[in-house]
Amino acid sequence: MTISTTGIEVRARSRGVRDSVELVSSMRFSISLLTVICIAAVIGTVVKQHEPFNNYVNQFGPFWAEVFARVGLTTVYSVWWFLLILAFLVLSTSLCIARNVPKIIHDLRTYKEHVREQALASFHHHGQAELAESPAQAFDRIAALLVHGGWKAKVQQRATGTMIAARRGTANKLGYIAAHSAIVLVCLGGLLDGDLIVRLQMALQGKSSYTGGGMMRDVPAAYRLGPNTPTFRANLLVPEGARASTAVISMQDGVVLQDLPFDVELKKFIVDYYDTGMPKLFASEIVIHDHDTGAAVPALVKVNEPAFHRGVAIYQSSFDDGGSALTLRGVPMSAGGSAFKVDGVVGGSTEISNGDAKMTLEFTGLRVINVENLSGNKTASGADVRKVDLASTLGEHLGSGAKGSNKKELRNIGPSVSYKLRDAAGQAREFNNYMLPVELDGQRVFLAGARDKPDQEMRYLRIPADADDRIDGWVRLREGLLDPALRAKAATRYAAIATPADKPEMAAQLGTTALRALALFAGAEPAKDRAAGTADVPQAGLQAISQFIESSVPEADRPRISDVLLRILNGSLFELLNLTRENAGLAPLKAEPATQNFMTQAVLSLSDSFFYPAPVLFELDQFKQVQASVFQVTRAPGKKLVYLGAVLLIVGVFAMLYIRERRLWVWITPAAIGPEGALSGAATKVATALSTTRRTLDGDAEFDELKRSILKGSS
Amino acid sequence: MNTTTLKSLTLGRPSGPVGFFSGRSAFDWLFAALVICGGAFAFSKYAAAMDVYERAILIGALPVAVLLGWFWGALRVLMVGVAATALFAISLYNRQLDGFGADLAQAEHVFMLKYFLSSQSAIMWMSVLFFMSTTFYWIGFAAKTEQNTAVRIGSGMAWAAVFMALTGTVVRWFESHQIGPDIGHIPVSNLYEVFVLFCWLTALFYLYYEQHYRIKSLGAFVMLVVSCAVGFLIWYTVAREASEIQPLVPALQSWWMKLHVPANFIGYGSFALSAMVALAYVLKNSTTRALWTGLIGVPGAVIALPLIGFALFGGLQADGMAAAAKAGRMVGGVMVFFAVTILARRWINARTPSAEIADDVMYKSIAVGFAFFTIATILGAFWAAEAWGGYWSWDPKETWALIVWLNYAAWLHMRLIKGLRGTLSAWWALTGLVVTSFAFLGVNMFLSGLHSYGTL
Repeated sequence: MTISTTGIEVRARSRGVRDSVELVSSMRFSISLLTVICIAAVIGTVVKQHEPFNNYVNQFGPFWAEVFARVGLTTVYSVWWFLLILAFLVLSTSLCIARNVPKIIHDLRTYKEHVREQALASFHHHGQAELAESPAQAFDRIAALLVHGGWKAKVQQRATGTMIAARRGTANKLGYIAAHSAIVLVCLGGLLDGDLIVRLQMALQGKSSYTGGGMMRDVPAAYRLGPNTPTFRANLLVPEGARASTAVISMQDGVVLQDLPFDVELKKFIVDYYDTGMPKLFASEIVIHDHDTGAAVPALVKVNEPAFHRGVAIYQSSFDDGGSALTLRGVPMSAGGSAFKVDGVVGGSTEISNGDAKMTLEFTGLRVINVENLSGNKTASGADVRKVDLASTLGEHLGSGAKGSNKKELRNIGPSVSYKLRDAAGQAREFNNYMLPVELDGQRVFLAGARDKPDQEMRYLRIPADADDRIDGWVRLREGLLDPALRAKAATRYAAIATPADKPEMAAQLGTTALRALALFAGAEPAKDRAAGTADVPQAGLQAISQFIESSVPEADRPRISDVLLRILNGSLFELLNLTRENAGLAPLKAEPATQNFMTQAVLSLSDSFFYPAPVLFELDQFKQVQASVFQVTRAPGKKLVYLGAVLLIVGVFAMLYIRERRLWVWITPAAIGPEGALSGAATKVATALSTTRRTLDGDAEFDELKRSILKGSS
Repeated sequence: MNTTTLKSLTLGRPSGPVGFFSGRSAFDWLFAALVICGGAFAFSKYAAAMDVYERAILIGALPVAVLLGWFWGALRVLMVGVAATALFAISLYNRQLDGFGADLAQAEHVFMLKYFLSSQSAIMWMSVLFFMSTTFYWIGFAAKTEQNTAVRIGSGMAWAAVFMALTGTVVRWFESHQIGPDIGHIPVSNLYEVFVLFCWLTALFYLYYEQHYRIKSLGAFVMLVVSCAVGFLIWYTVAREASEIQPLVPALQSWWMKLHVPANFIGYGSFALSAMVALAYVLKNSTTRALWTGLIGVPGAVIALPLIGFALFGGLQADGMAAAAKAGRMVGGVMVFFAVTILARRWINARTPSAEIADDVMYKSIAVGFAFFTIATILGAFWAAEAWGGYWSWDPKETWALIVWLNYAAWLHMRLIKGLRGTLSAWWALTGLVVTSFAFLGVNMFLSGLHSYGTL
């Protein structure tokens, strides 16, 4: 028997009904459905799913974004037509099974021993011979051969001879049933656990999705699903030391809250890292408090090791900040301010004001561990990179797999805080500042990052740490720079020190130049015509000095003058630094290499600081980390069906591909008695034929072997 | 007429297992004893470090190894040889210990480790041997006889390459456990490691068919896809430093990985193999016109049209254009190769096997691949249920695995039920490689998702 691929033909009055049933249950229909599913699935991988609508507008433009959203391409896997196709696939496969199972069962029962002996010659595999042995001997020999070979057989005695009908590999057909029912089971199970059922539950219970904000406990019941909801997949955020029992299901148009039949209390969230900074372990020590029994069940949930309670699986999904307490120290970046402290929690915000300008400070995140590669990908050997050829590069990769040829310098550079400053117009900038200084190019620097838009890279201001490893020295210097009186004092001091003893007349000129350089650097004096400069670029820092030189020095003298001017600037800034130290009651610094390094970096960062996009810089002063664990909580009743289907599928596929169904017939009849009677030497005629559902070279070889054995001793 | 069942006879000696065991040679039993002893030793030594599933996998691996060795005798030699060589490498490493386990720096100065047996060196040897094997197989087309010296050398080198790949893999597994606590793991965890897996699995499957059907010329085609993988592997090592052993992120710390990944690569390897056989098939059995259209015209148009579109209407940034141009050059290279094979097909076809044999290899390869790809996808779903909280999330990698699966399911349906044969099924199998490669590599390159363990 071959499995039929055309559809079921029902006896219905209407021709339309008959045709459509035949179509739906045919293989060509299922294959077409599968093709459509494939195409839809490809679209789903190319167009990112479940993104906010604006992202699609940015990517495809407003028109196409609207079209895609309408057609459901942004949520392909849960759009109605996709589910409809799946439903048709289930229906079609079920009909296909229904059509073939009776035939298969009938087939399993029969040996087809009624086949006509003349028909044997029409099989692809057939053979016949005349044997010297008697029919009874031939029968015994062949029967033993078949049984030994694992064939099941039936024998039919006919008037003219004996027909043996044997078969092997009938499990192949069972494989067909297993594999196809598996498809149905998997699809049904998948539908049960899918988005569709959640929406159905909402419709039945009269719930709708929630788009507002606010506290979870204040959300009205119309947006909550009860604890007995059969199917859901939701996220549950629990801060350390707190409890939660309301999970959030994300829907296309908002969220629905899912009340759980228990509380999850997070005792401790454990996160562990390898030396490379890669995460090694995410685990949550939780206690499950059952609402009905009041029992408290402790559990440890890890990635790959979920916990289960009352049919709800609790998975470690991700982690977040659970409201860490932060103390930030605000360092003013404009003249005349003084440092101040702000307290807050991650996720919260606070108002700050600078005169009339009001801003909102939003505490967005705290990272306690930051492992960075500080080697900067320099070649460690100092060899000329151009000379490195392929052979030597390959040579570097010989040896154990433990090393890369590129030595990385991975280091934990300590905690960082991120925050946003939102102005009155609602525009926000993002900032990311490290708490501790990092050693870069031999100088310890504080990294203060800022960016205007989320898709930009952070640009870091590198502020040198002072001798006490604090930011204060630089801050004082900056305040001093913005103070005209201090600038004047520093210029005078510099002139007094720098004037050569034999040319005292230069003192006044040097003083003026130093003051000019400081003022230019501080942005207190225009470098050139205001009209020429653009309004939004601050004219300060090294840029102002170079603009000044460009606009007022002839080209030939520029390198020399700028060299002199920079030396004067550096010198007077150093005096300014010591002045600010004196004012703070600290001993002046001597001109030693450490101070030199500090000054070099300070000049650069002061210059860059004029581009810093905020009037205040917040450094992380203190923090108390509170982590939160995000769990995925699911109830998936379809899972059992899917797993059963999966196992059936494996069994079915192997049975279909590796068990070959074969039927063999042997027809034994006494040789026709000729004029010489039995003396001809041939007493028996044997004909054999083999049918198989699938022709392979191995099958051919098997039949040849069988034929040789069956017809052995043929004359 | 009277009908009886051969009942009395079914009481006779059943075939099956008895014949299976009684036909075993002494070497078979020796091999089985070695495997069992090795397994017992590993179990006694490392059971404490394994969880119950990993122990089950270890125990389950033993009969599988024995049966594989019995099924195909050459594997007995391969397995014993690899085990002996790897143990030798381990003994060399163990001569000097450092703070944690063996001192891996010995790979820099112990001669045998530095040049042969340390994992990277062994994998480099694998690469060289695969390239040479490919070359010799192609030289074989120039010879006058079918079983010529060149293809025999090619075949031998493929065996040597598989041997080095397995040795390198086993030694790498050992090395990973000598770096530090909690770092060691089976080397199937990232793109670099699975490429090694892909190379030797594909080659080994091919070598089986080579022996089974007594054909050598298909090696030229199959080793070509292996060589491409090796080329990628070397680029990945040199340009991306990917060869360094990395510890496992939490999601990968699971015994499922030991089953899911190898099963998947039996699938990928077999599909790649079938596609290369399909190429040999169409070269021999399609018309010249069909070949120019199918191998040059259609892929050329598919690549050129979007490029022309982008060039005319913009829409791609400079770096996007550069990437597209690079991809275009690679596809162009493949098309040049196709053109050469079409032009040289008179010589090639004289050596490639008959349509019947090629068709059979293609079918068998797809059947094996499909069966294991089914297992891999299902195991992946079971694993995802534990790691990500859902057995199916329509993650791009999952979705593409489904597409690959459906593609070959359709192929098998058409063949087994509709009896599809001939050039159409070969063209389809060849196209399958495009889908498979996209699922394997394209998803990592172009799409992001949960499955981002090997970024490019």
